[in-house]
Amino acid sequence: MSENKPEISIEALKSGNRDEYSKLVESYSGMIYRLALKMVGNPTDAEDVLQNTFLKAFQHIGEFEGRSNLSTWLYRIGANEALMMIRKHHPEMVLGEVGLDEAEQGDLFPSQFTDWCCLPEDEFLTSESKAALDQAIQHLPETLRIVFLLRDIEGLSIEETGNTLGLSETNVKTRLLRARLRLREELSDYYSERLKERRQD
Amino acid sequence: MSDQDHSNCRSMLESMSDYVDGTLSQELCAEIENHLSQCHNCHVVVDTLRKTISLYHQSATEAGEVPAMVKERLFRILKLDDYIRH
Repeated sequence: MSENKPEISIEALKSGNRDEYSKLVESYSGMIYRLALKMVGNPTDAEDVLQNTFLKAFQHIGEFEGRSNLSTWLYRIGANEALMMIRKHHPEMVLGEVGLDEAEQGDLFPSQFTDWCCLPEDEFLTSESKAALDQAIQHLPETLRIVFLLRDIEGLSIEETGNTLGLSETNVKTRLLRARLRLREELSDYYSERLKERRQD
Repeated sequence: MSDQDHSNCRSMLESMSDYVDGTLSQELCAEIENHLSQCHNCHVVVDTLRKTISLYHQSATEAGEVPAMVKERLFRILKLDDYIRH
């Protein structure tokens, strides 16, 4: 998601300027917390991810070469921290270039063909609907989830998502397609029910 | 996505992300649109896929800030206590 950020001096950060550190945290903590929360699914772990991301960023700011922009660099640290947190609970999870693992595969072919787009706008983002959206994200395998979050929630390009995660563009696109289609299936289940309820009323 | 013509629907599915992102070549777009005009189910899948992505965009835009206590603990752990705004 693109947000306006104040200009932050990398030189000042590298020289340990605390005003600049504070500006960095103030400007970027929101996006890292949002990513962490949707990635790990609970506020306690998300807070740990948030803290570890900025601790690592401060520790390694000297190595920041400015080839990517600051937000992509922070996303990379945040994504790694979130994946490490998940690996603690699921040590079998691997995010790599070598094909898709079993959890990521499965038939892409849709099974839901109800057109629920005709629901009234106010049905789409009720608090119950938002919970259904969040739950659907949690049902994605982590390796699809992180790609979807960076690309479709945080608004990174395919190239930036690939750079952040160390994946090729082809691999990002494959995972993104699978994530989007799985979410569509799950939201179709949910909103088709809403549609049915409305028709019964 | 009719029972008779799964092969077209399957190949359409592979390009669906690029299609909704508007990054496909004109030629491929025309092929897909031709298929969509004849296949109701694929049409529904494209529409609901677009809606799915747009709902997530909207929900992200509406997402709130970092809770005050979380932010306060973050500033403390980073030894930036004096910058905490109350």
